[in-house]
Amino acid sequence: MLEAQVLITHETGLHARPSVKLTKLAKGFVARIELAVVEQGPWVDAKSIVKVMATRAPQGSTLFIRAEGDDAEAAVAALVDLVRRDFDEGAHVPAND
Amino acid sequence: MSQPTTRLDRVTGTVASIGYASGPLFILDGGDGAYAPSGDPAVETKRLRAALARSAAEIAELMAKSNDETAAILEFQIAMIEDDNLSDPAFAAITTGADAATAWTDALLAEVHGYEAAEDAYFAARSADLRDISNRVLRALSGATDRQPPPGAILHARDLTPTQFLSIDWKQGGGIALGAGSSASHVAMLARSRGVPMLVGTGPIAVATGDFVLLDAERGRLDILPDTEARHEFLKASTAHLHLVQAARSHLRDPAVTADGAPVEVLVNIAEPAEADTIDIATCDGIGLMRTEFLFRHGLPDEETQYAAYRRVIEWAAGKPVTIRTVDAGGDKPVPGYTVEETNPFLGLRGIRLSLSRPEIFRVQIRALLRASFTGNVKVMLPMISALSEYTAAMNLFREVSEELNAAGIPHDFPLIGIMVEVPAVAIHPEPFRDVAFFSIGSNDLAQYVMAAGRDNGAVAALNDVRHPAILSLIHHVANYGERYGIPVGLCGDAAGDPAAIPALIASGLRALSVSPAQLPLAKAAIARTRTTDSAE
Repeated sequence: MLEAQVLITHETGLHARPSVKLTKLAKGFVARIELAVVEQGPWVDAKSIVKVMATRAPQGSTLFIRAEGDDAEAAVAALVDLVRRDFDEGAHVPAND
Repeated sequence: MSQPTTRLDRVTGTVASIGYASGPLFILDGGDGAYAPSGDPAVETKRLRAALARSAAEIAELMAKSNDETAAILEFQIAMIEDDNLSDPAFAAITTGADAATAWTDALLAEVHGYEAAEDAYFAARSADLRDISNRVLRALSGATDRQPPPGAILHARDLTPTQFLSIDWKQGGGIALGAGSSASHVAMLARSRGVPMLVGTGPIAVATGDFVLLDAERGRLDILPDTEARHEFLKASTAHLHLVQAARSHLRDPAVTADGAPVEVLVNIAEPAEADTIDIATCDGIGLMRTEFLFRHGLPDEETQYAAYRRVIEWAAGKPVTIRTVDAGGDKPVPGYTVEETNPFLGLRGIRLSLSRPEIFRVQIRALLRASFTGNVKVMLPMISALSEYTAAMNLFREVSEELNAAGIPHDFPLIGIMVEVPAVAIHPEPFRDVAFFSIGSNDLAQYVMAAGRDNGAVAALNDVRHPAILSLIHHVANYGERYGIPVGLCGDAAGDPAAIPALIASGLRALSVSPAQLPLAKAAIARTRTTDSAE
């Protein structure tokens, strides 16, 4: 079981477009991947848009990601990277960093 | 029909958008029959699976024809439909005896409520997508589809929604004949701006899809299965109209001047950025009204989406003014997660009232506007102002946001900020607003409020005429007030582009008119025929 955490910087949080990107990416891995907004859970299936949207993770919240299976390591790394890249839609220029 | 019909059936209606069209009739109403359950869980399961697959395919088809912004929303809908977690509760309910339609409706309703209850406005706004998904699958279940009219068809329905209008490709021609409807409705405005001929108030018509019809939206007639004589007459009239439009078009690049030499500014109204692409900037004096409601069609837009839309029009305008109106949403133009349901939306929380009640949402638009102002000749217009305190509160927000942008070192500029004059209180007593940058008279709303005749109600449409002396005297009053204190006054309602109303507006003292793109040629031609001394009648 691999675990990681990443800060959501997207201005509207984990809403429709970011969720679509995240679940699409997750589906590309065979590993079982789960997300949570609190480390204690509840953990939800990262491949389900219904479940991911239901976390209602707002901007500034920390996303916990865990995976189990053959490509678990690559899966966690890829998801963390997507969130760090602001889902490739952060047209916002961060003013302070 | 039991009665034998003559070869010529003529129905009359009110012209909502001038022009001529001929082609096959297409009836849009109907097709949404109730679902007939089979009583067999296995069959119900199969039907729901098929409906889900068909719905996803329909959305994928829509997606292929959409711009990036719309495509992203549709992609989200497809992902939801294809997620078993959404449909599992419905399939479970079917195994315990529910029919497919009921099971699906209940399952989706639970999801919709979950979203509606979200505190975050962006999540709450997604409830509209869930409803959309729910309805689409239900339509697929009951056998109805999103039937698209063939290119060039004449559409007939009792009434039409703006979304239905926008989902049709009008580039191939075609027209609209509505049984009910009103020439002041939003669909009518869209039809005029796209130059789609449209009649309203025809009453029920005995026609079938595919019948050949002639739509004369100049004299207000619809001929069904016309005989040779009727076709011949139609051809004559439509050709004459075409020549008139062509003659007006040939002078389109000339500046608008009245017959006695008074220059008149002619600007255009647009409802979305793409509309600007159809206009040659050399033919007008800029944008007199850029509506921003289109940005809110799928819920609340983020700052970048708004900024990009404003930038697109500013670039097109090449230095000419672009007047952007802050969002004018309300109970009649609902935005999920934003507007509130009201029994009397035209007298309720709409326009600036709604914007001020949700400052966190208004600030996003203000940020985008201030940043866009840095890149061109931007003016900002506040809709539905009725008291000075609203203007002051809005100005304070603009200043606050401007300070924030200053502090963050983000380039921006403070635009000229003016108000719409559409609430009678302001037209009667404009004195408190001496400091605003400009007045723009919204004649559609002003007329409906002065005459107490709803814009979307065909039954009282005749009352809703800007040429009523009471409305003209208010316009005159505002124009006078503006002249005395050096406040520019324009008019951006539908009347601005109506050749029949233009002489009265000029006589009232107006020298700036903002018209829909399709009205531009005939409006400029009408100005050229008008003398400033012509009487208002």
